[in-house]
Amino acid sequence: MEVEQIEIRDHIKRFAPFDDLPEDTLNRLATQVEVAYYRAGSTILTFGQPATDLYFIRSGAVEVYRRSGELYNRLSEGDIFGQMGLMMHKKVRFPATAIEDTLIYLIPDDIFQELWETDDHFADFVELEDQSRLRAVVSRQEESNPLMTSRVFKLLTRTPVTAAADATIHEAARIMTDEGVSALVLTHPGVRIDQDWQPGDSPIIAGIITDRDLRTRALAPGLPYETTVSEIMSKDLVYIQADIFVFEAILTMLRHNVHHLPVLDRHRPIGVLALSDIVKYESQSGLYLVSNIHHQTDVRGLKSLTRDARSTFVRMVNEDANSHMIGSAMAGIGRAFTQRLLELGEELLGPPPVPYCFMALGSMARDEQLIVTDQDNALVLDDSFDPAQHDEYFKALAKFVSDGLAECGYAYCSGDIMATNEQWRQPLRVWKDYFTGWIENPNAKALLNSAIFFDLDGIAGHTEFAEELKTLVAEKAQNNPRFLAYLAHAALNRTPPLGFFRDFVMESDGMHRNSINLKRRGTAPLSDLIRVHSLACGSRAQNTFNRLKAIGETQLLADGIASNLRDALEFISIVRIRHQSADIEHGREPNNNIEPEILSSFERRNLKDAFQVISNAQKFLRHRYHASSGRIN
Amino acid sequence: MPLFPKRQSPESNLDWQHRFRELAANAKDSRLKAYYERGVPAGDTPIKEVPMVGMDFETTGLDAETHSIVSVGLVPFDYQRIYCRQAHHWVVRPVLPLHRESVTFHGITHSEIRQAPDIKDVIGELLEALAGKIVVVHYRNIERQFLDAAFRWRLKEGIEFPVVDTMELEARWHRHKPHGLWAQVRGRKHESIRLADSRTRYGLPYYAPHHALTDALATAELLQAQLQHRFTPETPLKELWR
Repeated sequence: MEVEQIEIRDHIKRFAPFDDLPEDTLNRLATQVEVAYYRAGSTILTFGQPATDLYFIRSGAVEVYRRSGELYNRLSEGDIFGQMGLMMHKKVRFPATAIEDTLIYLIPDDIFQELWETDDHFADFVELEDQSRLRAVVSRQEESNPLMTSRVFKLLTRTPVTAAADATIHEAARIMTDEGVSALVLTHPGVRIDQDWQPGDSPIIAGIITDRDLRTRALAPGLPYETTVSEIMSKDLVYIQADIFVFEAILTMLRHNVHHLPVLDRHRPIGVLALSDIVKYESQSGLYLVSNIHHQTDVRGLKSLTRDARSTFVRMVNEDANSHMIGSAMAGIGRAFTQRLLELGEELLGPPPVPYCFMALGSMARDEQLIVTDQDNALVLDDSFDPAQHDEYFKALAKFVSDGLAECGYAYCSGDIMATNEQWRQPLRVWKDYFTGWIENPNAKALLNSAIFFDLDGIAGHTEFAEELKTLVAEKAQNNPRFLAYLAHAALNRTPPLGFFRDFVMESDGMHRNSINLKRRGTAPLSDLIRVHSLACGSRAQNTFNRLKAIGETQLLADGIASNLRDALEFISIVRIRHQSADIEHGREPNNNIEPEILSSFERRNLKDAFQVISNAQKFLRHRYHASSGRIN
Repeated sequence: MPLFPKRQSPESNLDWQHRFRELAANAKDSRLKAYYERGVPAGDTPIKEVPMVGMDFETTGLDAETHSIVSVGLVPFDYQRIYCRQAHHWVVRPVLPLHRESVTFHGITHSEIRQAPDIKDVIGELLEALAGKIVVVHYRNIERQFLDAAFRWRLKEGIEFPVVDTMELEARWHRHKPHGLWAQVRGRKHESIRLADSRTRYGLPYYAPHHALTDALATAELLQAQLQHRFTPETPLKELWR
């Protein structure tokens, strides 16, 4: 029989989970629906009433509540509700109210049961509710990437080759040649590599030398063979633990621009991870770009690598890297540009008159940098800094770096948060006063503009200065509820665009050209609110995922909330990243705006779930820190 | 007959139950007699208890005396729900030739028409579907007059029945006040009471027009919206029907 409810069928089949159903099933479904109209404000379902139908929203908007009366979800055209009641006990579990004039297509229970039993796609869809749907998506993305799931120890092929640090460079070179290794781990004399280690003992490893060290630090300057290796070894060692993920090891290499990492099992060295080991896993990585950056001799050379930075980004996206890997790699590349510019600046201007720390703020400090980004940075100077004598130098250095970064595609900061601004080029004690003032005498307006300083990281020079500031913030922030309240208030400034989805669906004829800024409405409000919780926990973490990990170890958030936030951040970030990557591949200038026309219905649905997580988290934040707009003015 | 009668039209006080008894006594055709014998709800029945049926025709033109019905859509409903599974749709062969222009209008083609039954062959089913229910239409002159004309042609006796007219209801709120001078000066137009425009005012979605069943559904949805916005579940039927 010909289907006569053409309007109903054609509409329903535009939406998941009906979009995959066979034509005759859809036709039958369309002739079986019932239709009901609900005026705005009227009750659609009450808790415990018999569940008889699946509700499909044809037009309008509906709010679904928990039994407690708390808002659970806001739904619009094409969304379904009522399935939980049909699957369990045949009683309504989530009450629902029309918040606009709403037309519902009711799909009878017997059709629902039939689809649920016979159609896997349909069953998967109705069984997964919101957050769990998002979780399933995020974990599917992660499983597809071996770098995400492989741990470092799997790449180790042998135990470390060692020598005592008082060996001569001649002996060291012979051992390395005999053993066929490019790096040699050096132990303190008299210490065995496999001996027990207690907290408080000095580290087992004294240092490391590589082929390159022998070439550049021994042969080139013509040191005698009898020189002890301790004189040329690298002492500021960067270690990694054996159970970290390979991508974290890559990030560590990127961050420190080293190609060999001693791997520890707790305190015992069990191997050395070399760049070549990773290259087997990832043939073309940002690591090459970083070492390339460090080999450039002028700004023009650096500028020529800008395109490579974009290619690295696109390649990582195509290899299904997650947002943490991409964000960290891009931040690592940004750091390398900055570090090399500082070196070139120092070559031009001479050595700095007093020690300094060049500090990254915002996304670079958080290891969450993407393609479209501006520079946020500052200079922390030694307390012996005398403006009259020294400031001319640092002003020139800051200008050199800032102009260079702008050449390399990092736009000047529109809020003037750059080391070129005298206010943000100050000795450590002034910085301590800044942070103390922000935390102990907060005011809403100042915090709105200075929240970015609470993502900070030393990237060159005396990075201990930045560490001191991190410690100060971690200690003071958690004990100043007023500061947290103000910061929470600032974090509520940007709300997720939940209304957007409804408007979009309603204006589906394409007349309504609208877009969401995924950074301003998605990742930024998330990192803002997670920063507040993280500071409240006394964490020093800067990266949002690490902050979530730190928060998760406390009782601050209810079970599961931290992982919901993590999934939401990952999903929004990945959508943002993929669309930027697609822009680059199509020769368009990437931005943070997403037009609804290019979102798949899959993306749209999951984005909406993710934005719902943010919205709920903002409500909790408002409640937790009493950050109502009434109290703070 | 005025297109948009005033609220207290004498017609609305018509005793339809009594009229149906008279009609049942006088009807010659057995199907029509059975229809009248099923009766109609009393005028003081609360609307929440009234079984209704949305009805729409596609026709070859607008004049019941010279044009014919080509399709009929029926959707039963009540105050709470619209029952699509009990919907009916018939394409029928028109008495008069199909105009070329009207094909583009309602999309029913000559070959469909050639295979379609004559309306007299579906009258039994049609009356069965309408029996005991109040007919709801958008602009009653079409459905009432075309059905009456079709019955007169095929059965040699007409048909009478009460209707709730969603367009007339809309006119009550948008047409009963004369336009003020100020509105005329500013060139303000009357609110449109056409089906699609009326639906928009209640947040109802856009449906492609000119399919009898879709329009019947659209009309049923419109009445549900009007009842919720303008009346109560207790409103007596006699305030709505004509």
